[in-house]
Amino acid sequence: MTEQIGLRAPRKEDHRLLVGDGRFGADVRPSHTVHVRIVRSPIAHGVVRGVDTTEAKAVRGVVDVVTAADLPSDLRIPVRLDVGEADLSAYLQPVLAKETVRYVGEPLAAVVAESAYVAEDAAELVDIDIDERDVLLDVDDGPALVADTLRLGFGDVDAAFEAAAKVVSTDVSIGRHTAVPMEPRALTVDYSPATGALDVFGATKVPVFNRHVLADLLGIDQNAIRMHAVDAGGGFGVRGEFYPEDFLIPWLATRLRRPMAWVEDRAEHLVAVNHSREQRHRVEAAFDSDGRLLGLRADVRHDNGAYVRTHGVIVPELTLAMLPGPYRVPAYAGRVRVMLTNKTPCGTYRAPGRFEGTTAREQLFDKAAAELGVDRVELRRRNLLSPAELPHTRAMNTLGTDVVLDAGDYPGLLDRALAKVDDLEWRELVRGARAAGRRVGLGVSMFLEKSGLGPHDTADVEITSTGRIRVHSGGTSLGQGIETVLAQIVADEFGVDIDQVDVVNGDTLLQPYGTGSWASRSTVVAGSAVRGAGREVAARMRDLGARMLEVSPDDVEVTAAQVRVRGAAMNAVTFADVWRASQPGSTWLAADEPAGLYARHRFSVDHMTYPYGAHVCVAEIDPGTGGIEVLRYLVAYEVGRAVNPTLVEGQLRGGVAQGVGGALLERFSYDDAGQPQATTFMDYLMPTASEVPVVDLVVCEDAPATTNPLGVRGAGEGGLTGAGAAIASAVSDALDLPSIGELPITPGAVIGYVRQAASESGNRQ
Amino acid sequence: MIDRHLVTLTVNGREHELLLESRKTLADTLREDLGLTGTHLGCEHGICGACTVLLDGEPVRACLVFGVQADGAEVRTVESLAEEGGELNDLQQSFSRNHGLQCGFCTPGFLMLAEAYLDTDPVGDAEEVREVVSANLCRCTGYQGIVDAVVEVAAARKEQRQA
Ligand code: FES
Ligand code: FES
Repeated sequence: MTEQIGLRAPRKEDHRLLVGDGRFGADVRPSHTVHVRIVRSPIAHGVVRGVDTTEAKAVRGVVDVVTAADLPSDLRIPVRLDVGEADLSAYLQPVLAKETVRYVGEPLAAVVAESAYVAEDAAELVDIDIDERDVLLDVDDGPALVADTLRLGFGDVDAAFEAAAKVVSTDVSIGRHTAVPMEPRALTVDYSPATGALDVFGATKVPVFNRHVLADLLGIDQNAIRMHAVDAGGGFGVRGEFYPEDFLIPWLATRLRRPMAWVEDRAEHLVAVNHSREQRHRVEAAFDSDGRLLGLRADVRHDNGAYVRTHGVIVPELTLAMLPGPYRVPAYAGRVRVMLTNKTPCGTYRAPGRFEGTTAREQLFDKAAAELGVDRVELRRRNLLSPAELPHTRAMNTLGTDVVLDAGDYPGLLDRALAKVDDLEWRELVRGARAAGRRVGLGVSMFLEKSGLGPHDTADVEITSTGRIRVHSGGTSLGQGIETVLAQIVADEFGVDIDQVDVVNGDTLLQPYGTGSWASRSTVVAGSAVRGAGREVAARMRDLGARMLEVSPDDVEVTAAQVRVRGAAMNAVTFADVWRASQPGSTWLAADEPAGLYARHRFSVDHMTYPYGAHVCVAEIDPGTGGIEVLRYLVAYEVGRAVNPTLVEGQLRGGVAQGVGGALLERFSYDDAGQPQATTFMDYLMPTASEVPVVDLVVCEDAPATTNPLGVRGAGEGGLTGAGAAIASAVSDALDLPSIGELPITPGAVIGYVRQAASESGNRQ
Repeated sequence: MIDRHLVTLTVNGREHELLLESRKTLADTLREDLGLTGTHLGCEHGICGACTVLLDGEPVRACLVFGVQADGAEVRTVESLAEEGGELNDLQQSFSRNHGLQCGFCTPGFLMLAEAYLDTDPVGDAEEVREVVSANLCRCTGYQGIVDAVVEVAAARKEQRQA
């Protein structure tokens, strides 16, 4: 039997998705379902004088209209991922605003009606009286409320800067982005009046955790709630966190004792779902006379929006923790202030903190190279940690674990990326284009990622009556192909191919201990758990099969859906035979032996693993229009081990597309009153096939992770992490400027930079 | 007073008589009245293309067409592509082979857009295909697999036509 791990196996998910049989959140409709529409604040900051629902309630087809006054008590949504010591409880988001509204889009009321159309009609009739207050939209306008100040670092950074031959500094700000999965959020809740049980469809990311929060807020037992993570149209960090709606819809189902559905529209999504990224970074580096780093400083302001949501202050913390990247940094001091403004609250978006910090640090390197008169690549090479220096411990703690950079070869990866660039003749391309008078630049960035965050995940594996292998895992499917990957991992334990395996993810009844899919951890942590459970079941099958074949367990092998005597393939029992032999009453079972072929395995891990990579790209600017085109793109990435190389490549390509969006197109802007200016796809611009270049890939498996038995490092984010930095680098190269101060780089900004570059070169002459 | 109309829709070759509110979109009609949930809604304002279906052979945004406007017309949705027994058609197979889908939410829209394009006897090179598929949004794949899949099928169908 061919080994399944490492194979480009076709995806198990594809068939149902291609024929229209996918089951997404809005596809589940129990009979007599009623529909919810959320009424949101039209004002960015104000005191609520009243919310009058009389007219809305009178609409035919309306079943109920609720406001904060109807809620059981003053509920606030807790933090899921806690870091630091600060007490953030004062900043948590209420389910429905009561006295004050703090951003446009904040939920104020919910309308329930027989159809979504009627619910929307009636929502328009809810009369909201708000006394407007001043808004705070810019962290520089202060006095912004600082929710928390975090510091991370090690070494004597002041001494480093005093000893420096050269100090370089730069400011880099990153725009406000969000993930924009193509499927808007949707929840369907089925309610059983007889038992009070709730079935929730559409809670895909951390269903076990969300069940816990929901049960707490409803004051009921967790067992009364079953979460079903159905197909999800992309996640990228935002989908599936516990939002106000995740309480409201189930609560309304219990209040009205009937099935309830909610699907947000895109305008809502863009003001309601977690935003991310908006940060300003002041970064400084101290170098010795050879261009070697002595110390690094970072001062960051994080615009968190109106409330602290489920991620607490993890994104700004990760920014600091990951900012030193793959470099040898003897001393580091980072500070971040988490500021509250009157905008949509923030959470994670793919490569949280790393897209931002990598852009800032790599722009600092580009600027340093210019000021030191050293080649940009050479400066990086000089400062990358060498393989001999790994594992490397950074004397700081993040996400509750020490930073221990495990095995790897950072300079080697950079060399491989550049060798590929030479093969592709990109330098010639740039030279030729420049000679022809075109404004073309080459950009490069190095990055460090993190993945495989513990502390644990649990998986169940069982053999079913027909001899199939069934997996109940806590990894959830957000489009990344985790069903296929887990099937490949478990198939190898039984010597079968993946057609023989069924994977059911994210059902809290079937897997009550799963920890979900986020932070590029599902292959690493859930995958390792599945492997463990599969191994235990295979061992038990060997045992039972040997008994049936009347040989010693050492003489049998488990393969091709059979337990067979080694070297005598005819002497075998099928998986279905062994399953029957494992049933209660079977004569093959010892008196005290549990029935069934089943195992539950928990995999725990103390440390994260750190994948790494390089991005290289070629971009052209049009000095007339300010337009930017990314002409070529390369990602080199060390993944440890690729369970399915095709899916790793897909993750990297998809990440690059989002990186192009983040670097060039995507931004939430607000007018002076705090009104969001991007509430449709006409104004929140995402890249289409015309803006995304072909992506060349160098996927390396040279440094298997030491923290898990599979050696995998996680592939979810590396396509995005270095993209802002590489594109900024290419654009600054095309403009002959040392660095770029702001993402996204808009056409207007390019024109400004062109003028600046012209006047600077004028000054030099 | 809600105003309703009796309309006749032929969807994937089957005729349906439906009583539709005039403001109900074609997308909602397909999903709710006919249970064809393969047609997805990503924006409901005509940009993302997730809801693309064929109306008398032309690709349309089903979120921008009212159900009543399709009275008497032929509609084709993603559910029509595979064979009876569930075997995928050439385009669907090519999407899978080229990893042209991840979450699969945008996929029905891209498939229907591509079917309409492939029906025009196109040039089918990567440049043209990129241009065509830039009508729809995908947030997962970076588009490369989608482009590769359509290019491959364009070539294969051309060969078939010439044979
Ligand atoms: S849902 Fe119709 S175009 Fe987006
Ligand atoms: S595959 Fe997810 S949006 Fe296209």
